[in-house]
Amino acid sequence: MRGIKMTNELRKHIIKLMKSGIRLDGRKADELRKPIKVECGVVNTADGSARVILGETEVIAGVKLEVGTPYPDKPGEGSIIVGAELLPMSSPDFESGPPSIQGIELARVVDRGIRECKAIDFKKLCITEGEKVWIIVIDVCVINDAGNLFDVAALAALSALKDTRYPKFDGEKIEHMEHTDEPLPLTENPLAVTVLKIGDELYVDPSSEEEKVVDARLTVASIEDGNLCALQKGGDEPLSADDIDKMIKLGMAKTEELRKLL
Amino acid sequence: MGYDKRHDGRGFEEPRKIEVKVGVIKRADGSASFKIGDTWAIASVYGPRELYPKFLQDPSKGILRCHYNMMPFSSKYERVRPGGSRRSKEISYVTAKSLLPALDLSEFPNSVVDVFIELPQSDAGSRCAGISAAAMALADAGLVMKDMVSSISVGKVDDKLVVDLDYKEEAYEDGDVADIPVAYLPNLDKVTLLQMDGRVMPKELMDVLEMAKKACKNVYEIQKKALKDKYAGN
Repeated sequence: MRGIKMTNELRKHIIKLMKSGIRLDGRKADELRKPIKVECGVVNTADGSARVILGETEVIAGVKLEVGTPYPDKPGEGSIIVGAELLPMSSPDFESGPPSIQGIELARVVDRGIRECKAIDFKKLCITEGEKVWIIVIDVCVINDAGNLFDVAALAALSALKDTRYPKFDGEKIEHMEHTDEPLPLTENPLAVTVLKIGDELYVDPSSEEEKVVDARLTVASIEDGNLCALQKGGDEPLSADDIDKMIKLGMAKTEELRKLL
Repeated sequence: MGYDKRHDGRGFEEPRKIEVKVGVIKRADGSASFKIGDTWAIASVYGPRELYPKFLQDPSKGILRCHYNMMPFSSKYERVRPGGSRRSKEISYVTAKSLLPALDLSEFPNSVVDVFIELPQSDAGSRCAGISAAAMALADAGLVMKDMVSSISVGKVDDKLVVDLDYKEEAYEDGDVADIPVAYLPNLDKVTLLQMDGRVMPKELMDVLEMAKKACKNVYEIQKKALKDKYAGN
């Protein structure tokens, strides 16, 4: 009960503050936190890795390449697997144990952003048709959760993919600690920006407090040519078409800021 | 023959380069990062906080829970599947045993102190790095401590006693290898973690234990400095 009251008070306070144009941490509604940092190659046991810091939120994404059999319906294509770990280390709200629905949603939204715009040329991941293909496994681990994991995870996953070099493979065994100079066949740069609706206002790059009182959120993933490549609506309140239009425009405008970091 | 020179040029009692930092996770009550060579552990502490389910509570004192986990991309070989393994469960268990003697949780009945240890990258000695990181994180969380806990692995490669084996040394094939992770209370002069696998004579074990104590005292100085740096810096 006390928790609910606290959240209601927090929500009222956030809405009241926004009337004078500022957020809890002093930002404007459409302002990303600082610092924003992307650091590649932070984990030398991975085939590619990146650490992303946005404000106080920090994640590490790592890529491991595996060789496996292709799906029967796509014998000439490799594939990707995205995992997200909401490590209990990173927030008092996360618990150890099997992946929570929040973790699964996060992984699946990042996965769709990369997969559905064909950001990777899956045909080039084929080694022997019907038998052997490269499988790209991306794991996103949350180090500190201070809000906006969707956008940070998408940025980290893409940066880790860009950092990835194929390990040596002799047809049988992968030598994970020996790398070639060959990068992955990336064709697009999908990035995501999540827009929050609290009351009548739209916000980007939410803090943990703002996420607690969200009415609705929309994660907007897009590529450079202006196409959307993944969407995910969250939150308990519905959105109008007009809301959605505004949220997509705001999200895509902010994505351009993130794109400069690549 | 014999193991005349370490493959990376270190002296036999010389640990790999150690880099530590306190306060690396803002949401946690205490946190620290401990890098030794290519092994990298991050630890965070939450608590003392209420413990659920309630039947786990101890009305006479708080309890300590440790969770050791390797990130999926932290191995030099295949991806580590997420979720606990038998290995990570055992390491979590001995980690708690190695930290508990340094703590006094009698003031916190029915509570829990949770320690989460994550390995972004590993090259042997990960449980020791985890323990050294966790001990700093516990101090950073402001918990009353009777001593620091400093940890390093020692062992034997072929005919030589060595400090801080890396993976290549653990996998040495031309002679006996013993891997001996040790955690140590540097002021109380007590050992809180001792495991061994491989082949070693009892006399050699006692000799290498002295080397471990010396190496742990060195780790202790590094831990102490990092803690001081954080609070002097702020």
